[in-house]
Amino acid sequence: MAKSQVTMKVNGKIIEALVEPRTLLIHFLRDQQNITGPHIGCETSHCGACTVDLDGKSVKSCTVFAVQANGADIRTIEGMANADGTLHALQEGFREMHGLQCGFCTPGMITRAYRLLQENKNPSEEEIRYGISGNLCRCTGYQNIVKAIQFAAAKLNGVPFQEAAE
Amino acid sequence: MNAQTPTSAERAAKLEGMGCKRKRVEDVRFVQGKGNYVDDLKLPGMLYGDFNRSPHAHARVKKIDTTKAGAVPGVVAVITAETLKTVNLAWMPTLAGDVQMVLADGKVLFQNQEVAFVIADSREAAADGADKVEVEYEALPVNVDPMKAMAPNAPMIREDLKDKTEGAHGKRKHYNHIFAWQAGDKAATDAAFAKADVTINEFIVYPRVHPCPLETCQCVASFDKIKGELTLWGTFQAPHVIRTVGSLISKIPEHKIHVIAPDIGGGFGNKVGAYSGYICAIVASIVTGVPVKWVEDRIENLSTTAFARDFHMQMEIAATKDGKVTAMRCYTIADHGAFDACANATKWPAGLFSIISGSYDFPAAYCLVDGVYTNKAPGGVAYRCSFRVTEAAYCIERAMDIMAQKLGMDPAEFRLKNLIRREQMPYTSAFGWQYDSGDYQTAMNKAMQSVDYKKLRAEQKQKREAFKRGETRELMGIGVAFFTEIVGAGPSRACDILGIGMFDSAEIRIHPTGTGICRLGTKSQGQGHETTYAQIIATELGLPADNIMVEEGNTDTAPYGLGTYGSRSTPVSGAATAMACRKIKAKAQMIAAYMLEVHDDDLEWDIDRFQVKGNPERFKTMTELAWAAYHEVPPGMEPGLEAINYYDPPNFTFPYGAYFCVVDVDVDTGMTKIRRFYALDDCGTRINPMIIEGQIHGGLTEAFGIAMGQEIHYDDEGNVTTASLMDYFLPTAVETPHWETDWTEVPSPHHPIGAKGVGESPNVGGVPCFSNAINDAFAFLGSTHIQMPHDHWRVWTAADKLGLHG
Repeated sequence: MAKSQVTMKVNGKIIEALVEPRTLLIHFLRDQQNITGPHIGCETSHCGACTVDLDGKSVKSCTVFAVQANGADIRTIEGMANADGTLHALQEGFREMHGLQCGFCTPGMITRAYRLLQENKNPSEEEIRYGISGNLCRCTGYQNIVKAIQFAAAKLNGVPFQEAAE
Repeated sequence: MNAQTPTSAERAAKLEGMGCKRKRVEDVRFVQGKGNYVDDLKLPGMLYGDFNRSPHAHARVKKIDTTKAGAVPGVVAVITAETLKTVNLAWMPTLAGDVQMVLADGKVLFQNQEVAFVIADSREAAADGADKVEVEYEALPVNVDPMKAMAPNAPMIREDLKDKTEGAHGKRKHYNHIFAWQAGDKAATDAAFAKADVTINEFIVYPRVHPCPLETCQCVASFDKIKGELTLWGTFQAPHVIRTVGSLISKIPEHKIHVIAPDIGGGFGNKVGAYSGYICAIVASIVTGVPVKWVEDRIENLSTTAFARDFHMQMEIAATKDGKVTAMRCYTIADHGAFDACANATKWPAGLFSIISGSYDFPAAYCLVDGVYTNKAPGGVAYRCSFRVTEAAYCIERAMDIMAQKLGMDPAEFRLKNLIRREQMPYTSAFGWQYDSGDYQTAMNKAMQSVDYKKLRAEQKQKREAFKRGETRELMGIGVAFFTEIVGAGPSRACDILGIGMFDSAEIRIHPTGTGICRLGTKSQGQGHETTYAQIIATELGLPADNIMVEEGNTDTAPYGLGTYGSRSTPVSGAATAMACRKIKAKAQMIAAYMLEVHDDDLEWDIDRFQVKGNPERFKTMTELAWAAYHEVPPGMEPGLEAINYYDPPNFTFPYGAYFCVVDVDVDTGMTKIRRFYALDDCGTRINPMIIEGQIHGGLTEAFGIAMGQEIHYDDEGNVTTASLMDYFLPTAVETPHWETDWTEVPSPHHPIGAKGVGESPNVGGVPCFSNAINDAFAFLGSTHIQMPHDHWRVWTAADKLGLHG
């Protein structure tokens, strides 16, 4: 199959590559670029394990062709840490609040939460729950994921995190 | 004591041992996308495999033509049953004593059954090739209804067993019959029913569901022809079992098989069994001489690997008119699909289903289970529960509500009246199980007080009256459940898998600098073993948990074990860990005595050290003793500080809990809203309360999914209609209720640290609690039982049948 040239920025690095037109972005990232943080859970855009940040939007990379991402600026979990190498507030929050168990949904979930907090700096619990409803988790029951995102929002806003009473 | 000397409490806290809400070790890599899952693995020259699958649920395979598939660019080889026959692998044994086709051999028996395996240089080319395999079928009559499986004219599913009158568990009654299994005392039970004041009899179905972890089943097989060695990376909850079974099937000597289970993206029972994909990837690697990867997609996962439940239960309870239960009797048809690939301990075809007398003091009980074949996918795994325990818990908890309703008693009061009492523990049930410990009344009373049960019932009464007056179209349901689990399989006198006793193991090596490694036969799939096992060691040995690395999943380095499922890791490997620690500690004590020039008996243990009795200023810390073990051991003693323990538990453990749920139901739309869910669990000694709470949240969410929407459904032609996440309900953050958790702590008397296991309790107790809440909403209208799942359509239908829509 004839291949197409694509150029995109992934986690701040310019990537040039040849891809088949039918190659999905998730397969391009994982198989060709060894960026294995985003995972594949369904390939039908339901589970969100493959979520990446593409030109300022949360995108399920199993439902985008690599050629469609030509020229795009992409961020994955691998590009989430702070410039000084410390963990992003969300990464810290997920650990502090026990917002993960098997870890399979976590990269997509954090990447989605990153965009959510860009869109809404101080979301309510309900806004968080709606905001992550495109990302499935089979382990945690979401309650601690909500807390993790609240923890990160507080940290990014420079206010103390107040855990809601049970 | 000078100011710098840490207090005992400070020393203990530094260890982060048992009881500490220690942050998880695993998370550091997971939050950075640096987990190491099977599909992340890429080996030089690796090929990909994909299946051609049957569109029919039941058909004769007339012809398979792989010419066009073989011509697809990138395709390297195509494997069919004929290929597999040359290496005697067209069929494989199942854990349940049956055999199963690896690839369709003459017939297909369920939709999406594996027919041909195409190997290619990319995922895409393998899929293209699978598409081009041409198969000629002759459709056969289909049966997907287990209740019709033993009818005189039912389609014969297993022609290969036509003349077999004996199954793996005794005589077969019909050509679609797999096994009959019974427990309890039939005569005593029948006698109790004959003189009962009050009886109930209800047909209770636990539908077919699927564990559906977010990561599907997958593997990479790499066969080294020169060395004759196979390395198999895969999503295995039980890596050693895969190695042994793999060796028995493939005839590759067991020591030349290296099974590695890296990080696993959730299991919930889905990843216990051996699947066609594993066998085909192994054969493909042998044929091609290069590594072969097989990754299941979501449709394949939901429709072929390991369903759960599908139990159809006719349940009866007998009681006195003042509300004391006297007997229970249950007849069950178990639908095992086309092959009996049920993941149970081998001697238990219906698992531990005879825990069905639940938390109650039944003087007499009897159950009989008939397993049958249908044109559905094989499996029968324990979806976040011990073998068939959730089916049992669901059945008894529903039935207790139905009996309370008939007696005109409150369901919580009725349970309180019949719960096994603290002073009866250890309690031997009518089925012969010895419940190890518990204080059920305290748990139930605490739960009722916490939710203010009386107030809830008062509110419900008002709402029902308002409903009757036509002032509201909303009903309020209160779900009550008190469950007892049986987990930690198990004593090897009772439990084995293909003859291997269900013990488990831990091997601990303490290094000279006081750090160490612990390797175990279990395998975490998200439970946080790397964190919690280290906490057991921290408390037992007085070394900081951070100094202990926990490693699982590599059969070359880990001691033999039966894996992680059925909440067995803490009850069995957790015990092995403590016992191995105690061996190490005993040796350390001798070294300390030698160094301090006292008798062993003159020493006492204090948090992280041995100190001289009555003279605590003289001591040796475990860190010092570790160093000494490598250079200053007493004369005649072997150097080193390590131990291994294979733990064969004397009994199962019996975690329990009291759950309450409040639901509001809109009778006109069938919409339901879980207003409140409260879960009190007693899992014995609590190792890491943060992880326990997380496990309970997750299990409750799975229970919510099962009770309120999950079903693997087949139409009459055997088409599976729920094989994608569009049709199979996985709760999102929006529907998922807020969870309230609570606990009591009655340790297991026979477990070295008193722990019972917790991961599956919320699934086992949660499902009946949700279902009881929905049923309770309608109970005052005369409804006794509404089948699961309670999705909006079915709730609306239930309301409609009760004439609530005018």
